[in-house]
Amino acid sequence: MTTVFEKTSFLTDAPFHYCPGCTHGIAHRIVAESLEEIGAEGRCVGVAPVGCAVFAYNYFNCDMQEAAHGRAPAVATGIKLVNPDNIVFAYQGDGDLASIGMAEIVHAATRGVNITVIFINNAIYGMTGGQMAPTTLLGQKSTTCPSGRSAQVNGYPVRMCEMLATLDGPSYIARCSLADVKNVRQAKRAVLKAFQNQKEGKGFSFVELLSTCPTNWHMSPVQALEYVKNEMTAQYPLGVFKEI
Amino acid sequence: MTMEERRLMKGNEAIAEAAIRGGCRFYAGYPITPQNEIPEYMSWRLPQVGGRFIQAESEIAAINMVYGAAGAGARAMTSSSSPGISLKQEGISYICGAELPCVIINMVRSGPGLGGIQPAQSDYFQTVKGGGHGDYRMLVYSPCSVQECVDLLYDAYDKAEKYRLPVMILGDGMLGQIMEAVTLPVMKDPSTFPKKPWATDGTGVGQGRRIINSLYIVPDELEAMNKKLQKIYDDMCANEVMCESYLTDDAEIVITAYGTVARIAKSAVDMLREKGIRAGLLRPITLYPFPKAEFQKVIGNDSVKELVATELSMGQYVEDVRLVAGGKKPVKFYGRSGGNVMSPDDIAAFVEKEVQL
Amino acid sequence: MERIVIAGFGGQGVLSLGQLLVYAAMYENQYATWLPSYGPEMRGGTANCSVVIDAEKPVASPIIATSDTLIAMNKPSLDKFQMSVKSGGLIVINSSLITDKCANTAAKAVYVDANRIAHENGNNKASNLVILGAYIRHSGLFPKEVILSTIEKVYASKPQFIPSNKACFEAGFALD
Repeated sequence: MTTVFEKTSFLTDAPFHYCPGCTHGIAHRIVAESLEEIGAEGRCVGVAPVGCAVFAYNYFNCDMQEAAHGRAPAVATGIKLVNPDNIVFAYQGDGDLASIGMAEIVHAATRGVNITVIFINNAIYGMTGGQMAPTTLLGQKSTTCPSGRSAQVNGYPVRMCEMLATLDGPSYIARCSLADVKNVRQAKRAVLKAFQNQKEGKGFSFVELLSTCPTNWHMSPVQALEYVKNEMTAQYPLGVFKEI
Repeated sequence: MTMEERRLMKGNEAIAEAAIRGGCRFYAGYPITPQNEIPEYMSWRLPQVGGRFIQAESEIAAINMVYGAAGAGARAMTSSSSPGISLKQEGISYICGAELPCVIINMVRSGPGLGGIQPAQSDYFQTVKGGGHGDYRMLVYSPCSVQECVDLLYDAYDKAEKYRLPVMILGDGMLGQIMEAVTLPVMKDPSTFPKKPWATDGTGVGQGRRIINSLYIVPDELEAMNKKLQKIYDDMCANEVMCESYLTDDAEIVITAYGTVARIAKSAVDMLREKGIRAGLLRPITLYPFPKAEFQKVIGNDSVKELVATELSMGQYVEDVRLVAGGKKPVKFYGRSGGNVMSPDDIAAFVEKEVQL
Repeated sequence: MERIVIAGFGGQGVLSLGQLLVYAAMYENQYATWLPSYGPEMRGGTANCSVVIDAEKPVASPIIATSDTLIAMNKPSLDKFQMSVKSGGLIVINSSLITDKCANTAAKAVYVDANRIAHENGNNKASNLVILGAYIRHSGLFPKEVILSTIEKVYASKPQFIPSNKACFEAGFALD
């Protein structure tokens, strides 16, 4: 019998706890494959967030630290400064990164610290049960904006890539989608590029991945993918926002 | 650097230098008066010894950088003053939950709120009762002189790593700004420090992976963790208590105070003795663990009529003194606040007026 | 034990005068503390420091309620601190900036035209060292030579200031 496909060695055998139709699993695999491909094994530390990916420390086959809510970029900065030769990454959701942790991500980016941040944007607080996120779309319903997000009441959704791209510190900023195979392949290339940048010492790199939350969006997995493709991508255009 | 040195130093500078000589190689902090000499000193001194200094965007980021660096195995430190320490409480709780050794300095200023920048001791409860969430304790030192700052900082990382918890120095603006001659010990050799198999140095793979974490979703696991921590705190209470007794053997009045206030109280004891009043001083050096046995011994002395707890707050430390006195001897309270500092004359006058002999 | 309060405007060398005394104590293997006022009042306002020197035992309180000596470099400092000097204590007054007479008659007052003397000795910024000279002469706290060698050690990194600093100190010390 011939082996035609193997799971990347950078993921452990622990089964994911994510909901059916959630794209965290795809994002994990992309990150893990990229880490394997750049040869990060045995020289890698990841930082898990607070949110749905809190158990990421069980899945990535490397040393891991679990950070307080929003603080992953600060924790990763401490780790990187102590051992600059290690590949260090933070994996964060939208509430973690773009709300409570806004200061930490902006300053890690402007400092240009040579880490890689993977930003999962699914426009909702998943772990806590579907509350409004900083990236929730106008009109999108959540348990804390039950009649839909209103600009007047709730303000506007925040575009992280565009904001961070105004800074001098980052070396690479890209937004991709996990909505279909073509986009997943594109996302893989972006994540790989982000880690290669770190390996080459180019400085802070950041990849936003538009993701699903069928459970809290109250959609089927297929509907959720369509929502990413049509609604989310309209608000959050895909592309590379900075590359040096 | 390989020999002892005698220098005149500010408390804040001496703390930074002694921490480095004790192995500190990572510092993250944010400016706030009256502790700015610590980050300023670290910014030029740490690179000289191959360490890293970073000015964080906030106190919150600073304590989390310490979390990351300590988790990666470095001897890491942050410092601040009261409002900044409040911001760090989240991170301190996580550090305790993840069992990371580090050193945290609080050069206390007066509060609440923005308060003032003059000396105070009003963060006592926050420090020894756990300012962050959850059941945790730290080893809390309260030095009263620049030399004592040096002596305690020099071994602080050894203690932090022995118990895997933060060591906090509870000072105040006075201690940070005062200059005294100090003897600086030789630089410790980092290659002699105990190995940290738990640290995320990046080499972990498969079964050898290290996970720094404070999340325990299963109640029984979290309770077991809390029991384990309590056992560590019990060991610390059994082994780390430090306390100074001054003229308590025949004392009728025992004044008790910690940190810089204890120095002022010591002068008050001398003044009272000159007037024929048999006063003594009991000074905890560790605030957690609290020196219960030392207090009980003094309280049990037949000669002791009364205790006077004095502090730069409206009455925090005095609660622990009354707890340990257990009603056996009366405890009077004399406090100043707002950044006002009592003089030895003030304490002596309080004793003469309020204490019946 | 000697408890000294040194006060004046920021920029008059009030804090460094106190530090020189503590350095001298350290070199003489005596015990000493230097405690500055700190904070916003230092910015263009008054500055003061408390110095306690003890030849025999470690200094307990660095806080001074009753002082043995006050060095007043400007009028607000004299007004604020002179009544806290003990009976029989010493008050050294910079008469270049203070025209008032000392109101604490129980203490000994010494008037020093420090700014003029400093100017004549080639260092306008060293009025604090003229005052130090007068203080050392009247207090006998340290032998003159101890202060001279302390000036050499403390200013070793700025050797161009040593001769004029020493001259200013000597000029203050020579006053009756």
